[in-house]
Amino acid sequence: MITVACLIAAKDLRVERRSKIVTNQVLPFAGITMVSFAFALDKQNVLDTVAPGLVWLATMFSLLVIVQRTFAIETDDGALDAMRVAGVDPRAIFVGKAMALGFQLLVLEAMLFGAAVIFYGESIPSNNAFGSVVLLVTTMLSATCGLAAVGTLYGGLAAGFKGSETLLPLLTLPAVAPVLIGATKAVESAVGTSGAVVSEGWQWVGLLTLFAVAAVVGGALAFGPLIDD
Amino acid sequence: MTTIEPAKAEHDTARQSALPSQRSTATRGTRIIGIVAVVALGWLVAFGLGFSPADRDQDESVRILYVHVPTIWLAYLAFVVTAVSSAMYLFSKKKSLGWDRAAGASAEIGVTFVAVTLAVGAMWGRLTWGVFWQWDARLTTTALLFVTYIGYLAVRRLGGSHEQRAKRSAVLGMIAVVEIPLVHFSVKMWRSLHQEATVANLDGDTKMDGLMLFSLFVGVIAFTLLYVWLMLHRTRSMAMEDLLEERGLDEALAVRRAEAAETATAATSAPPTATMKTGSDS
Repeated sequence: MITVACLIAAKDLRVERRSKIVTNQVLPFAGITMVSFAFALDKQNVLDTVAPGLVWLATMFSLLVIVQRTFAIETDDGALDAMRVAGVDPRAIFVGKAMALGFQLLVLEAMLFGAAVIFYGESIPSNNAFGSVVLLVTTMLSATCGLAAVGTLYGGLAAGFKGSETLLPLLTLPAVAPVLIGATKAVESAVGTSGAVVSEGWQWVGLLTLFAVAAVVGGALAFGPLIDD
Repeated sequence: MTTIEPAKAEHDTARQSALPSQRSTATRGTRIIGIVAVVALGWLVAFGLGFSPADRDQDESVRILYVHVPTIWLAYLAFVVTAVSSAMYLFSKKKSLGWDRAAGASAEIGVTFVAVTLAVGAMWGRLTWGVFWQWDARLTTTALLFVTYIGYLAVRRLGGSHEQRAKRSAVLGMIAVVEIPLVHFSVKMWRSLHQEATVANLDGDTKMDGLMLFSLFVGVIAFTLLYVWLMLHRTRSMAMEDLLEERGLDEALAVRRAEAAETATAATSAPPTATMKTGSDS
Protein backbone atom coordinates (compact mmCIF):
# COMPACT_ATOMS: atom_id res chain seq x y z
CA MET A 1 0.00 0.00 0.00
CA ILE A 2 2.78 2.44 0.95
CA THR A 3 4.55 1.88 -2.38
CA VAL A 4 1.35 2.59 -4.33
CA ALA A 5 0.67 5.65 -2.13
CA CYS A 6 4.18 6.97 -2.84
CA LEU A 7 3.69 6.38 -6.58
CA ILE A 8 0.40 8.32 -6.53
CA ALA A 9 1.99 11.15 -4.51
CA ALA A 10 4.94 11.28 -6.93
CA LYS A 11 2.53 11.29 -9.88
CA ASP A 12 0.54 14.20 -8.41
CA LEU A 13 3.67 16.20 -7.66
CA ARG A 14 5.02 15.49 -11.16
CA VAL A 15 1.77 16.76 -12.67
CA GLU A 16 2.07 19.90 -10.55
CA ARG A 17 5.72 20.42 -11.44
CA ARG A 18 4.87 20.26 -15.13
CA SER A 19 1.66 22.30 -15.05
CA LYS A 20 2.99 24.81 -12.46
CA ILE A 21 -0.58 25.65 -11.41
CA VAL A 22 0.35 25.82 -7.72
CA THR A 23 3.41 27.98 -8.23
CA ASN A 24 1.88 30.24 -10.87
CA GLN A 25 -1.66 30.57 -9.49
CA VAL A 26 -2.18 29.27 -5.94
CA LEU A 27 0.91 30.83 -4.34
CA PRO A 28 0.18 34.28 -5.85
CA PHE A 29 -3.46 33.86 -4.69
CA ALA A 30 -2.28 33.16 -1.12
CA GLY A 31 0.07 36.15 -1.33
CA ILE A 32 -2.67 38.52 -2.50
CA THR A 33 -4.93 37.20 0.29
CA MET A 34 -2.27 38.21 2.86
CA VAL A 35 -1.95 41.66 1.28
CA SER A 36 -5.76 42.03 1.20
CA PHE A 37 -5.94 41.28 4.93
CA ALA A 38 -3.39 44.06 5.50
CA PHE A 39 -5.48 46.47 3.37
CA ALA A 40 -8.65 45.55 5.30
CA LEU A 41 -7.17 45.80 8.79
CA ASP A 42 -4.72 48.63 8.04
CA LYS A 43 -3.29 49.04 11.54
CA GLN A 44 0.13 47.67 12.54
CA ASN A 45 -0.89 46.88 16.14
CA VAL A 46 -3.97 44.97 14.93
CA LEU A 47 -1.90 43.06 12.35
CA ASP A 48 0.68 42.12 15.01
CA THR A 49 -2.09 40.56 17.10
CA VAL A 50 -3.98 38.73 14.36
CA ALA A 51 -1.10 37.71 12.05
CA PRO A 52 -0.98 33.99 13.14
CA GLY A 53 -4.71 33.64 12.49
CA LEU A 54 -4.45 35.35 9.11
CA VAL A 55 -1.66 32.99 8.02
CA TRP A 56 -3.83 29.96 8.77
CA LEU A 57 -6.91 31.56 7.24
CA ALA A 58 -4.97 32.16 4.01
CA THR A 59 -3.81 28.52 4.22
CA MET A 60 -7.43 27.30 4.49
CA PHE A 61 -8.54 29.32 1.46
CA SER A 62 -5.58 28.06 -0.55
CA LEU A 63 -6.28 24.50 0.63
CA LEU A 64 -9.69 24.68 -1.06
CA VAL A 65 -8.12 25.81 -4.32
CA ILE A 66 -5.45 23.08 -4.24
CA VAL A 67 -7.97 20.34 -3.37
CA GLN A 68 -10.22 21.40 -6.27
CA ARG A 69 -7.19 21.25 -8.53
CA THR A 70 -5.86 17.91 -7.27
CA PHE A 71 -9.21 16.19 -7.88
CA ALA A 72 -9.94 18.00 -11.14
CA ILE A 73 -6.90 16.32 -12.70
CA GLU A 74 -8.28 12.93 -11.63
CA THR A 75 -11.91 13.35 -12.65
CA ASP A 76 -11.36 15.14 -15.99
CA ASP A 77 -10.09 11.96 -17.62
CA GLY A 78 -11.84 9.50 -15.31
CA ALA A 79 -8.48 8.64 -13.76
CA LEU A 80 -9.98 8.01 -10.30
CA ASP A 81 -12.39 5.45 -11.76
CA ALA A 82 -9.57 3.93 -13.80
CA MET A 83 -7.47 3.48 -10.66
CA ARG A 84 -10.38 1.81 -8.87
CA VAL A 85 -11.07 -0.47 -11.85
CA ALA A 86 -7.37 -1.34 -11.93
CA GLY A 87 -7.78 -2.60 -8.37
CA VAL A 88 -5.76 0.12 -6.61
CA ASP A 89 -6.43 0.11 -2.86
CA PRO A 90 -8.58 3.20 -2.05
CA ARG A 91 -6.55 3.69 1.15
CA ALA A 92 -3.42 3.97 -1.00
CA ILE A 93 -5.14 6.55 -3.23
CA PHE A 94 -6.16 8.51 -0.12
CA VAL A 95 -2.73 8.41 1.50
CA GLY A 96 -0.95 9.18 -1.78
CA LYS A 97 -3.10 12.15 -2.63
CA ALA A 98 -2.95 13.42 0.98
CA MET A 99 0.87 13.17 0.92
CA ALA A 100 1.10 15.21 -2.29
CA LEU A 101 -1.41 17.73 -0.93
CA GLY A 102 0.48 17.94 2.37
CA PHE A 103 3.77 18.63 0.59
CA GLN A 104 2.21 21.46 -1.43
CA LEU A 105 0.62 22.87 1.74
CA LEU A 106 3.96 22.87 3.57
CA VAL A 107 5.54 24.88 0.76
CA LEU A 108 2.59 27.26 0.85
CA GLU A 109 2.76 27.67 4.65
CA ALA A 110 6.50 28.41 4.53
CA MET A 111 5.78 31.12 1.96
CA LEU A 112 2.92 32.54 4.02
CA PHE A 113 5.05 32.73 7.17
CA GLY A 114 7.68 34.52 5.09
CA ALA A 115 4.96 36.92 3.92
CA ALA A 116 3.88 37.48 7.56
CA VAL A 117 7.46 38.40 8.47
CA ILE A 118 7.70 40.84 5.56
CA PHE A 119 4.20 42.35 5.50
CA TYR A 120 3.08 42.08 9.13
CA GLY A 121 6.46 42.46 10.87
CA GLU A 122 6.24 39.07 12.66
CA SER A 123 9.44 37.73 14.24
CA ILE A 124 10.71 34.85 16.38
CA PRO A 125 11.35 36.02 20.00
CA SER A 126 15.12 36.15 20.60
CA ASN A 127 14.96 34.90 24.23
CA ASN A 128 13.85 31.35 23.25
CA ALA A 129 14.45 31.22 19.50
CA PHE A 130 15.18 27.47 19.35
CA GLY A 131 12.03 26.51 21.31
CA SER A 132 9.92 28.83 19.15
CA VAL A 133 11.24 27.39 15.89
CA VAL A 134 10.69 23.79 17.08
CA LEU A 135 7.12 24.67 18.13
CA LEU A 136 6.47 26.45 14.83
CA VAL A 137 7.76 23.56 12.69
CA THR A 138 5.89 20.90 14.74
CA THR A 139 2.69 22.94 14.52
CA MET A 140 3.06 23.25 10.75
CA LEU A 141 3.63 19.50 10.34
CA SER A 142 0.72 18.45 12.60
CA ALA A 143 -1.71 21.00 11.16
CA THR A 144 -0.70 20.09 7.59
CA CYS A 145 -1.40 16.37 8.18
CA GLY A 146 -4.91 17.19 9.46
CA LEU A 147 -5.65 19.66 6.66
CA ALA A 148 -4.37 17.32 3.95
CA ALA A 149 -6.41 14.37 5.27
CA VAL A 150 -9.67 16.33 5.58
CA GLY A 151 -9.11 18.08 2.24
CA THR A 152 -8.47 14.78 0.45
CA LEU A 153 -11.50 13.10 2.02
CA TYR A 154 -13.96 15.84 1.11
CA GLY A 155 -12.27 16.52 -2.23
CA GLY A 156 -12.85 12.87 -3.14
CA LEU A 157 -16.44 13.07 -1.95
CA ALA A 158 -17.32 16.17 -3.97
CA ALA A 159 -15.21 15.31 -7.04
CA GLY A 160 -17.05 14.96 -10.31
CA PHE A 161 -20.42 16.23 -9.11
CA LYS A 162 -22.27 19.34 -10.17
CA GLY A 163 -21.79 22.08 -7.59
CA SER A 164 -18.68 20.48 -6.07
CA GLU A 165 -16.90 23.88 -6.18
CA THR A 166 -19.41 25.32 -3.73
CA LEU A 167 -19.93 22.15 -1.71
CA LEU A 168 -16.24 21.69 -0.90
CA PRO A 169 -15.88 24.88 1.24
CA LEU A 170 -19.17 24.13 3.01
CA LEU A 171 -17.91 20.68 4.03
CA THR A 172 -14.24 21.45 4.59
CA LEU A 173 -14.21 24.73 6.51
CA PRO A 174 -16.32 23.54 9.50
CA ALA A 175 -14.33 20.28 9.61
CA VAL A 176 -10.95 22.03 9.73
CA ALA A 177 -12.07 24.66 12.27
CA PRO A 178 -10.25 22.81 15.12
CA VAL A 179 -7.02 23.09 13.07
CA LEU A 180 -7.60 26.81 12.54
CA ILE A 181 -8.11 27.35 16.29
CA GLY A 182 -5.29 25.06 17.48
CA ALA A 183 -2.69 26.12 14.91
CA THR A 184 -3.40 29.81 15.48
CA LYS A 185 -2.99 29.44 19.27
CA ALA A 186 0.21 27.41 18.86
CA VAL A 187 1.76 29.93 16.45
CA GLU A 188 0.76 32.78 18.77
CA SER A 189 2.80 31.04 21.47
CA ALA A 190 5.72 30.48 19.08
CA VAL A 191 5.95 34.12 18.00
CA GLY A 192 4.97 35.53 21.41
CA THR A 193 1.76 37.31 20.38
CA SER A 194 0.29 39.29 23.33
CA GLY A 195 2.91 37.90 25.71
CA ALA A 196 2.12 34.20 25.01
CA VAL A 197 4.96 31.82 25.91
CA VAL A 198 6.23 28.75 24.06
CA SER A 199 5.17 26.27 26.76
CA GLU A 200 1.50 27.26 26.30
CA GLY A 201 1.63 26.24 22.65
CA TRP A 202 2.38 22.53 23.14
CA GLN A 203 -1.11 21.65 24.42
CA TRP A 204 -2.48 22.97 21.12
CA VAL A 205 0.05 20.88 19.20
CA GLY A 206 -1.35 17.92 21.15
CA LEU A 207 -4.85 18.77 19.90
CA LEU A 208 -3.56 19.19 16.33
CA THR A 209 -1.78 15.83 16.47
CA LEU A 210 -4.88 14.11 17.82
CA PHE A 211 -6.95 15.69 15.05
CA ALA A 212 -4.39 14.67 12.41
CA VAL A 213 -4.33 11.04 13.58
CA ALA A 214 -8.16 10.88 13.66
CA ALA A 215 -8.43 12.53 10.23
CA VAL A 216 -5.83 10.26 8.59
CA VAL A 217 -7.23 7.02 10.08
CA GLY A 218 -10.89 8.05 9.57
CA GLY A 219 -10.16 9.35 6.08
CA ALA A 220 -8.33 6.20 5.00
CA LEU A 221 -11.26 4.06 6.17
CA ALA A 222 -14.00 6.30 4.74
CA PHE A 223 -12.39 7.12 1.39
CA GLY A 224 -13.12 3.71 -0.16
CA PRO A 225 -16.92 3.77 0.35
CA LEU A 226 -17.03 7.42 -0.74
CA ILE A 227 -15.44 6.98 -4.17
CA ASP A 228 -16.59 3.40 -4.76
CA ASP A 229 -19.85 4.21 -6.55
CA MET B 1 -50.02 15.20 5.78
CA THR B 2 -48.52 14.94 2.30
CA THR B 3 -50.53 13.28 -0.43
CA ILE B 4 -49.53 12.46 -3.98
CA GLU B 5 -51.55 11.50 -7.01
CA PRO B 6 -49.68 8.83 -8.90
CA ALA B 7 -49.13 9.74 -12.53
CA LYS B 8 -51.24 7.89 -15.06
CA ALA B 9 -49.02 4.98 -15.87
CA GLU B 10 -49.70 3.15 -19.10
CA HIS B 11 -46.56 1.10 -18.71
CA ASP B 12 -47.09 -0.09 -15.17
CA THR B 13 -44.60 -2.44 -13.67
CA ALA B 14 -45.80 -5.03 -11.17
CA ARG B 15 -44.43 -2.85 -8.33
CA GLN B 16 -46.27 0.23 -9.51
CA SER B 17 -49.59 -1.48 -10.10
CA ALA B 18 -49.46 -2.74 -6.51
CA LEU B 19 -49.67 0.86 -5.25
CA PRO B 20 -52.99 2.21 -3.94
CA SER B 21 -54.51 5.00 -6.02
CA GLN B 22 -53.73 7.62 -3.39
CA ARG B 23 -51.11 7.55 -0.64
CA SER B 24 -50.67 9.64 2.47
CA THR B 25 -47.91 9.84 5.04
CA ALA B 26 -50.48 9.83 7.83
CA THR B 27 -51.75 6.75 9.63
CA ARG B 28 -53.92 6.31 12.68
CA GLY B 29 -50.78 6.04 14.82
CA THR B 30 -49.19 9.26 13.51
CA ARG B 31 -52.48 11.13 14.00
CA ILE B 32 -52.59 10.05 17.64
CA ILE B 33 -48.92 11.03 18.14
CA GLY B 34 -49.60 14.36 16.43
CA ILE B 35 -52.57 15.14 18.70
CA VAL B 36 -50.61 14.12 21.83
CA ALA B 37 -47.67 16.32 20.65
CA VAL B 38 -49.98 19.33 20.24
CA VAL B 39 -51.45 18.72 23.71
CA ALA B 40 -47.92 18.41 25.18
CA LEU B 41 -46.84 21.65 23.47
CA GLY B 42 -49.93 23.36 24.97
CA TRP B 43 -48.93 21.91 28.33
CA LEU B 44 -45.42 23.33 27.85
CA VAL B 45 -46.85 26.79 27.08
CA ALA B 46 -48.97 26.60 30.26
CA PHE B 47 -46.07 25.53 32.47
CA GLY B 48 -43.36 27.57 30.71
CA LEU B 49 -45.25 30.85 30.54
CA GLY B 50 -47.74 30.42 33.38
CA PHE B 51 -47.13 28.08 36.28
CA SER B 52 -43.33 28.12 36.56
CA PRO B 53 -41.79 31.00 38.54
CA ALA B 54 -39.46 33.72 37.25
CA ASP B 55 -35.77 33.22 38.07
CA ARG B 56 -34.02 35.17 40.84
CA ASP B 57 -31.16 36.25 38.51
CA GLN B 58 -32.50 35.80 34.98
CA ASP B 59 -36.03 37.02 35.75
CA GLU B 60 -38.62 36.19 33.02
CA SER B 61 -35.97 35.34 30.39
CA VAL B 62 -35.51 31.95 32.09
CA ARG B 63 -38.69 30.84 30.28
CA ILE B 64 -36.76 30.81 26.98
CA LEU B 65 -34.75 27.88 28.35
CA TYR B 66 -37.81 25.59 28.28
CA VAL B 67 -37.46 25.67 24.48
CA HIS B 68 -33.70 26.27 24.20
CA VAL B 69 -32.60 23.22 26.23
CA PRO B 70 -35.07 20.57 24.92
CA THR B 71 -34.45 21.53 21.27
CA ILE B 72 -30.67 21.11 21.56
CA TRP B 73 -31.08 17.79 23.41
CA LEU B 74 -33.43 16.57 20.71
CA ALA B 75 -31.02 17.84 18.05
CA TYR B 76 -28.23 15.76 19.66
CA LEU B 77 -30.58 12.78 19.69
CA ALA B 78 -31.52 13.41 16.05
CA PHE B 79 -27.85 13.46 14.98
CA VAL B 80 -27.12 10.31 16.97
CA VAL B 81 -30.08 8.64 15.21
CA THR B 82 -28.57 9.83 11.90
CA ALA B 83 -25.21 8.26 12.82
CA VAL B 84 -26.76 4.97 14.01
CA SER B 85 -28.99 4.72 10.92
CA SER B 86 -25.96 5.51 8.72
CA ALA B 87 -23.99 2.73 10.43
CA MET B 88 -26.91 0.35 10.01
CA TYR B 89 -27.04 1.15 6.29
CA LEU B 90 -23.27 0.78 5.78
CA PHE B 91 -22.70 -2.35 7.85
CA SER B 92 -25.94 -4.32 7.38
CA LYS B 93 -26.00 -6.96 4.66
CA LYS B 94 -29.41 -5.95 3.32
CA LYS B 95 -28.42 -2.26 2.73
CA SER B 96 -32.01 -1.12 3.15
CA LEU B 97 -32.67 2.42 1.90
CA GLY B 98 -35.07 2.77 4.83
CA TRP B 99 -32.03 3.33 7.09
CA ASP B 100 -30.76 6.01 4.71
CA ARG B 101 -34.10 7.80 4.70
CA ALA B 102 -34.29 7.63 8.51
CA ALA B 103 -30.77 9.16 8.67
CA GLY B 104 -31.71 11.96 6.26
CA ALA B 105 -35.04 12.73 7.93
CA SER B 106 -33.45 12.80 11.39
CA ALA B 107 -30.68 15.15 10.20
CA GLU B 108 -33.25 17.53 8.67
CA ILE B 109 -35.19 17.68 11.93
CA GLY B 110 -31.95 18.02 13.93
CA VAL B 111 -30.83 20.99 11.81
CA THR B 112 -34.23 22.64 12.34
CA PHE B 113 -33.97 22.10 16.11
CA VAL B 114 -30.41 23.52 16.23
CA ALA B 115 -31.67 26.56 14.30
CA VAL B 116 -34.41 27.00 16.95
CA THR B 117 -31.81 26.58 19.74
CA LEU B 118 -29.54 29.21 18.18
CA ALA B 119 -32.42 31.63 17.53
CA VAL B 120 -33.93 31.46 21.03
CA GLY B 121 -30.43 31.36 22.55
CA ALA B 122 -29.62 34.62 20.78
CA MET B 123 -32.79 36.18 22.26
CA TRP B 124 -31.81 34.94 25.73
CA GLY B 125 -28.28 36.29 25.20
CA ARG B 126 -29.63 39.72 24.28
CA LEU B 127 -31.69 39.80 27.50
CA THR B 128 -29.05 38.35 29.84
CA TRP B 129 -25.63 39.20 28.36
CA GLY B 130 -26.78 42.31 26.44
CA VAL B 131 -25.69 40.93 23.03
CA PHE B 132 -27.22 38.47 20.55
CA TRP B 133 -23.97 36.59 19.92
CA GLN B 134 -20.68 36.08 21.73
CA TRP B 135 -17.64 34.35 20.22
CA ASP B 136 -17.77 31.82 22.97
CA ALA B 137 -16.77 28.14 22.81
CA ARG B 138 -20.27 26.67 23.22
CA LEU B 139 -21.87 29.07 20.74
CA THR B 140 -19.09 28.63 18.20
CA THR B 141 -19.09 24.83 18.38
CA THR B 142 -22.91 24.76 18.11
CA ALA B 143 -22.73 27.00 15.03
CA LEU B 144 -20.12 24.59 13.59
CA LEU B 145 -22.42 21.65 14.27
CA PHE B 146 -25.23 23.48 12.45
CA VAL B 147 -23.06 24.22 9.39
CA THR B 148 -21.67 20.65 9.34
CA TYR B 149 -25.15 19.15 9.12
CA ILE B 150 -26.18 21.69 6.47
CA GLY B 151 -23.20 20.29 4.54
CA TYR B 152 -24.51 16.76 5.21
CA LEU B 153 -27.90 17.72 3.77
CA ALA B 154 -26.17 19.31 0.74
CA VAL B 155 -24.30 16.03 0.14
CA ARG B 156 -27.61 14.17 0.17
CA ARG B 157 -28.70 16.36 -2.76
CA LEU B 158 -25.57 15.80 -4.86
CA GLY B 159 -27.38 13.56 -7.30
CA GLY B 160 -26.73 10.06 -8.57
CA SER B 161 -28.60 6.90 -7.64
CA HIS B 162 -30.31 6.39 -4.28
CA GLU B 163 -27.62 3.88 -3.32
CA GLN B 164 -24.85 6.40 -4.12
CA ARG B 165 -26.62 9.03 -2.02
CA ALA B 166 -27.04 6.55 0.83
CA LYS B 167 -23.40 5.48 0.89
CA ARG B 168 -21.91 8.99 0.63
CA SER B 169 -24.17 10.49 3.26
CA ALA B 170 -23.79 7.50 5.61
CA VAL B 171 -20.02 8.03 5.77
CA LEU B 172 -20.50 11.73 6.42
CA GLY B 173 -23.23 11.12 9.01
CA MET B 174 -20.88 8.93 11.01
CA ILE B 175 -18.03 11.47 10.86
CA ALA B 176 -20.16 14.50 11.78
CA VAL B 177 -21.55 13.00 15.00
CA VAL B 178 -18.07 13.26 16.60
CA GLU B 179 -18.74 16.99 17.03
CA ILE B 180 -21.50 16.45 19.62
CA PRO B 181 -19.22 15.65 22.61
CA LEU B 182 -17.07 18.61 21.54
CA VAL B 183 -20.12 20.91 21.71
CA HIS B 184 -21.42 19.51 24.99
CA PHE B 185 -18.11 19.56 26.86
CA SER B 186 -16.81 22.79 25.26
CA VAL B 187 -18.02 24.76 28.29
CA LYS B 188 -15.72 22.73 30.53
CA MET B 189 -12.82 22.48 28.06
CA TRP B 190 -12.55 26.20 27.34
CA ARG B 191 -14.14 27.69 30.52
CA SER B 192 -16.84 29.24 28.35
CA LEU B 193 -19.12 32.20 29.05
CA HIS B 194 -22.08 29.86 28.49
CA GLN B 195 -23.02 28.24 31.81
CA GLU B 196 -22.17 24.61 32.47
CA ALA B 197 -24.82 21.88 32.24
CA THR B 198 -27.36 22.18 35.07
CA VAL B 199 -29.20 18.92 34.47
CA ALA B 200 -27.03 16.79 32.15
CA ASN B 201 -23.84 17.16 34.20
CA LEU B 202 -21.49 14.42 35.27
CA ASP B 203 -21.75 14.96 39.05
CA GLY B 204 -25.46 13.98 39.03
CA ASP B 205 -26.50 17.00 41.11
CA THR B 206 -29.35 19.00 39.55
CA LYS B 207 -29.21 22.58 40.78
CA MET B 208 -32.72 23.71 39.81
CA ASP B 209 -36.08 24.64 41.34
CA GLY B 210 -38.59 21.75 41.28
CA LEU B 211 -41.28 23.44 39.17
CA MET B 212 -38.69 24.79 36.74
CA LEU B 213 -37.23 21.31 36.37
CA PHE B 214 -40.73 19.94 35.77
CA SER B 215 -41.40 22.58 33.08
CA LEU B 216 -38.14 21.57 31.42
CA PHE B 217 -39.27 17.95 31.61
CA VAL B 218 -42.56 18.90 29.93
CA GLY B 219 -40.52 20.63 27.22
CA VAL B 220 -38.47 17.49 26.63
CA ILE B 221 -41.63 15.34 26.38
CA ALA B 222 -43.33 17.79 23.99
CA PHE B 223 -40.33 18.13 21.67
CA THR B 224 -39.67 14.37 21.74
CA LEU B 225 -43.23 13.72 20.57
CA LEU B 226 -42.82 16.40 17.91
CA TYR B 227 -39.57 14.75 16.77
CA VAL B 228 -41.20 11.31 16.53
CA TRP B 229 -44.18 12.72 14.62
CA LEU B 230 -41.96 14.63 12.17
CA MET B 231 -39.67 11.60 11.73
CA LEU B 232 -42.56 9.31 10.78
CA HIS B 233 -43.98 11.77 8.26
CA ARG B 234 -40.62 12.74 6.78
CA THR B 235 -39.32 9.20 6.30
CA ARG B 236 -42.60 8.28 4.60
CA SER B 237 -42.58 11.35 2.37
CA MET B 238 -38.93 10.60 1.48
CA ALA B 239 -39.91 7.05 0.53
CA MET B 240 -42.60 8.54 -1.73
CA GLU B 241 -40.13 10.99 -3.27
CA ASP B 242 -37.77 8.09 -4.04
CA LEU B 243 -40.63 6.10 -5.53
CA LEU B 244 -41.72 9.06 -7.62
CA GLU B 245 -38.17 9.50 -8.98
CA GLU B 246 -37.96 5.81 -9.85
CA ARG B 247 -41.39 5.88 -11.45
CA GLY B 248 -40.45 8.98 -13.43
CA LEU B 249 -37.37 7.16 -14.73
CA ASP B 250 -39.38 4.03 -15.55
CA GLU B 251 -41.95 6.09 -17.42
CA ALA B 252 -39.31 8.02 -19.33
CA LEU B 253 -37.69 4.72 -20.32
CA ALA B 254 -41.04 3.29 -21.41
CA VAL B 255 -41.77 6.38 -23.54
CA ARG B 256 -38.33 6.17 -25.19
CA ARG B 257 -38.83 2.44 -25.83
CA ALA B 258 -42.25 3.14 -27.37
CA GLU B 259 -40.69 5.84 -29.59
CA ALA B 260 -37.93 3.43 -30.60
CA ALA B 261 -40.51 0.75 -31.42
CA GLU B 262 -42.48 3.23 -33.58
CA THR B 263 -39.32 4.27 -35.40
CA ALA B 264 -38.44 0.64 -35.99
CA THR B 265 -41.92 -0.08 -37.37
CA ALA B 266 -41.68 2.93 -39.67
CA ALA B 267 -38.24 1.84 -40.79
CA THR B 268 -39.41 -1.67 -41.68
CA SER B 269 -42.26 -0.30 -43.81
CA ALA B 270 -40.17 2.50 -45.41
CA PRO B 271 -37.55 0.59 -47.49
CA PRO B 272 -39.91 -0.90 -50.15
CA THR B 273 -41.35 2.58 -50.86
CA ALA B 274 -37.86 4.03 -51.07
CA THR B 275 -36.75 1.21 -53.33
CA MET B 276 -39.75 1.67 -55.61
CA LYS B 277 -39.13 5.40 -55.71
CA THR B 278 -35.46 4.85 -56.45
CA GLY B 279 -36.45 2.29 -59.05
CA SER B 280 -38.86 4.64 -60.82
CA ASP B 281 -36.25 7.41 -60.74
CA SER B 282 -33.66 5.26 -62.34
